Amino acid sequence: MKQLLVFIRKEFFHVFRDKRTLLIMFGLPVAQIVLFGFALTSEVKDITLTVIDNSRDANSQQLIRKIKSSSYFIVNESSIDYNDIANSFKKGTTKCALIFPAGFGNDLQHGGKAQLQIITDGSDPNTAKTVVNYITAITTAYQQEISPSPQLPYTIVPESRMLYNEEGNGSLNFIPGVMALVLMIVCTALTSVSVVREKELGTMEILLVSPFKPLMVLIAKAIPYLILSLANFVLILLLAVFVLDVGIKGSILLLFMESMLFIITCLSFGLMISNTTNSQQTALLLSMMGLMLPTMIFTGFMFPIENMPKIFQLISNIIPSRWYFLIIKSVMLKGLGFEYVWKETLVLLGMTIILLTIALKNFKTRLS
Amino acid sequence: MSAVTLDHITKTYDKGKVLAVNDVSLQVEEGELFGLIGPDGAGKTSIFRILTTLLLPDKGTASVRGYDCVKDYKEIRNRIGYMPGKFSLYQDLTVKENLDFFATLFGSTIEENYELIKDIYDQIKPFSDRRAGKLSGGMKQKLALCCALIHKPEVLFLDEPTTGVDVVSRKEFWDMLKHLKQQGITIVVSTPYMDEAVLCERIALIQNGKIMSVDTPDKIMAQFPVKLYAIKADNIYHLLTDLRSMPEIDSSFAFGEYIHITLKDAGADIDTLQRNITQRGHTHVDIKLIHPGIEDSFIRLMNQA
Repeated sequence: MKQLLVFIRKEFFHVFRDKRTLLIMFGLPVAQIVLFGFALTSEVKDITLTVIDNSRDANSQQLIRKIKSSSYFIVNESSIDYNDIANSFKKGTTKCALIFPAGFGNDLQHGGKAQLQIITDGSDPNTAKTVVNYITAITTAYQQEISPSPQLPYTIVPESRMLYNEEGNGSLNFIPGVMALVLMIVCTALTSVSVVREKELGTMEILLVSPFKPLMVLIAKAIPYLILSLANFVLILLLAVFVLDVGIKGSILLLFMESMLFIITCLSFGLMISNTTNSQQTALLLSMMGLMLPTMIFTGFMFPIENMPKIFQLISNIIPSRWYFLIIKSVMLKGLGFEYVWKETLVLLGMTIILLTIALKNFKTRLS
Repeated sequence: MSAVTLDHITKTYDKGKVLAVNDVSLQVEEGELFGLIGPDGAGKTSIFRILTTLLLPDKGTASVRGYDCVKDYKEIRNRIGYMPGKFSLYQDLTVKENLDFFATLFGSTIEENYELIKDIYDQIKPFSDRRAGKLSGGMKQKLALCCALIHKPEVLFLDEPTTGVDVVSRKEFWDMLKHLKQQGITIVVSTPYMDEAVLCERIALIQNGKIMSVDTPDKIMAQFPVKLYAIKADNIYHLLTDLRSMPEIDSSFAFGEYIHITLKDAGADIDTLQRNITQRGHTHVDIKLIHPGIEDSFIRLMNQA
């Protein structure tokens, strides 16, 4: 027992004396959370909109004011020629142009029907579609305003709500995803290096020759990283709540326990890599480069897994972070209890047992 | 009972392609200071790793203090101290932390066996708060020896402990080994330096995985079968090429400023030889009869094999 404690203390020394490890451990998560939280957002805001009003009547001006008062656009009421629009799109000075034909108000008042042209930059189809939707919504609202009594005998008014995220906060979906990604990469990478380092430095030779049991080596390696990863998890959570305004709806205890399970899964994975490779470089390459992309893609927070081809959907099942992502999304954002996530928890548990068994089986009591 | 026994041990690497240890048998007695002498790649480290239970032999059996190296490896791991050839301590831990860690790992404490390492540890004590990676080569080896000794092992295995260490530190190191031997610890040490061989009680000369001779250094040197001469002249390089072309010379090797030679005809006359060499245009030719050293024995054995 005393041996184990001394061994664990030694592992802590290694971590705290190595600036690179500390940087990966605590710098990477903070950087990722801040980056993903602020930079990677699917919301479209502050689009430069060029308005060419050839009509200049009450109706066109009213509609422009409506658009201005929404927070989505920076309206640029230029008097540029219609032919210059193509140029300003090429230069990138405008993302969207709104053109009122001459006699817009007149057509609307007397003909009962007026036309409006929206031109958007299709090289970025997502933004373009969003912009068109915004303008259409504003136009429809304005139309209802000026003709309060609908002529149609039947109207269907869809009332939509975004559950769990009424205000459409973009970081909400990213935070659980980034948490899964960061914990997966950091935990796996650091543990994968820890055993290999002993092999590379030759200290493994002495450890093996000592009466210390191989199983204890693995435990002694895993415990410090478990503690540090939990601290890491708390740090990420604090960042999410206080910097990115993501509220925690469910039980914090459940969240903590599930995260601990996921961290153990990742540690087991790291130990497995560590026991099967022979150099720190290979281990790091495998765990960081090899895991980064699959984790990013198959966790499901960037691209919906449901839209992927069947084969990729199957592959995504073996990525532990996918299950963790589902769990914390349910607990953190929807406030669901354990009864809704027990299946995913069971999958993680199964993975942990399998990985740990492989790691143990591959721990050599001699030099290969 | 011998402290260490190797019985027809064979070890190959790369699925049998590389033969590292070839049918080696030897015994090390209790309390002996035993040397494994051979050049790099002779198979010394492989033998050490088999004895320290780190490698499995392909053929043969080995035992340490009566425990089989394969079956009873756990027993052996409780009883031995091992200092690998490569510096294998934690570079980012201090001297004290390293010692403390290894003491605890082997179920002991620094205080318990302090007497054993006192002489050695006193020398590195002023640096006890320095990181091991920042120590000089000799200091590192002393620390490694302390770490291998701190649990009072019954048998101590030292794999090339003095490689890369300066001459003064090497001498100190061997003094320490003699001191440890007096405390009853069996020591098996390997070295590529022939001058260190005479410091062991018994040695095994090893080359290409095969043991060439096992005996006390004195006996091995006494077994040199022919007369050995040292010869020098002004142009040592020409002398060597000339000697190698002369039919009466059996072997010739450069040893510092001299060339050591043996003759094919045991009864040959030195004066005739000197005349022959002088005729070839060499000046200041000096020939003398010398006592063979371990290195001479080693080279002779190596050429016979």
